[in-house]
Amino acid sequence: MTTASRLPRRTAFAASAGLLALSLQPRAAFANMEAATAAAIRRVTGERTPTEARITLRLPAIAENGNNVPLSVTVESPMTAADHIRAIHVFADKNPAPEIASFRLTPAMGRAQADTRIRLGVTQDVIALAETHDGNFLIARAEVRVTIGGCGG
Amino acid sequence: MTTSPIGQPRLRLPQQIRAGEVIEIRTLISHNMETGQRRDQAGATVPRDIIRSFTCRFEGEVVFSMELHPAVAANPYIAFPFRAERAGTLELTWTNDAGEERRLTQALRIT
Repeated sequence: MTTASRLPRRTAFAASAGLLALSLQPRAAFANMEAATAAAIRRVTGERTPTEARITLRLPAIAENGNNVPLSVTVESPMTAADHIRAIHVFADKNPAPEIASFRLTPAMGRAQADTRIRLGVTQDVIALAETHDGNFLIARAEVRVTIGGCGG
Repeated sequence: MTTSPIGQPRLRLPQQIRAGEVIEIRTLISHNMETGQRRDQAGATVPRDIIRSFTCRFEGEVVFSMELHPAVAANPYIAFPFRAERAGTLELTWTNDAGEERRLTQALRIT
C-alpha cells in the first residue's frame, strides 16, 4: 500500500523537475559562455531573451581542420511577408573575436537557411541567433571539437 | 600595403528550375581572408584583409546578404535558398575591406 502511494508522487516529482528544466532553458543558452560572446549577442538582442527553439545548427562534431568547418543553419519559418526570419547571426565562443557572420534573409528566399564554412581556433561552442520579423530571438548552440586550430596557424 | 586580389567568383544553380521551386544558390569566390591575427616571418602582424560583405539581388531586389568576419574560411563559400517564381537576372556582389567589388550576373531560367 505505501509503495503504491509513493510511486505516483515520484512520478509527479519527476514531471515537475522536467518542467523546471524546461523553464530554465533560456538561461542555459548563456551558461558557461565567454563574456565577450554574451556581450556580442546582447548587442544584437538588446534586452530580449532568446528562446531555444526552431533553429537547427549543423556542424561536424569533430573538425580535423579548424580552418574550414562547414556550417549550416536552418530556421523553421514560413518565410512570408507576414511571418519570416529577418537575420541569422553566428558566433564562435572562443575565437579571438566572437562574431563569425550575419546573414540577412528575406521572404523571397522561401526557406530560412544559410550555409558557409568557418574558422575555429580551438574546441568550442558555435552559437546561432535568429531574429524574427517581429523582433524576437531564437538561439541554438553546438560544440565542435577542433583537432588542428584555425586561427593564425 | 596591397589588398589581396578578389578571385574569380563562381555560382551554381540547378540544371532545371520549375516555377515556384525553392532552389539552392551556391557561390564561391577565391580570396585568402587574411584575419589580421597572423604574423609574418619577421614577426609583424599581417594586416586584416577580408571579403566583408556579400549581396544577392534578383531583378534589382535584395534577396539575401551576408556580413563576413575574419572567422569565415578562406575562399568564402556561401549558399542559400531562393524561391524561383519567374525568370530574371541574379546579381551577386562581393565587397572587400578596401571597398572593391566583384560582381557576377547570371540569367535565371524557368523550365
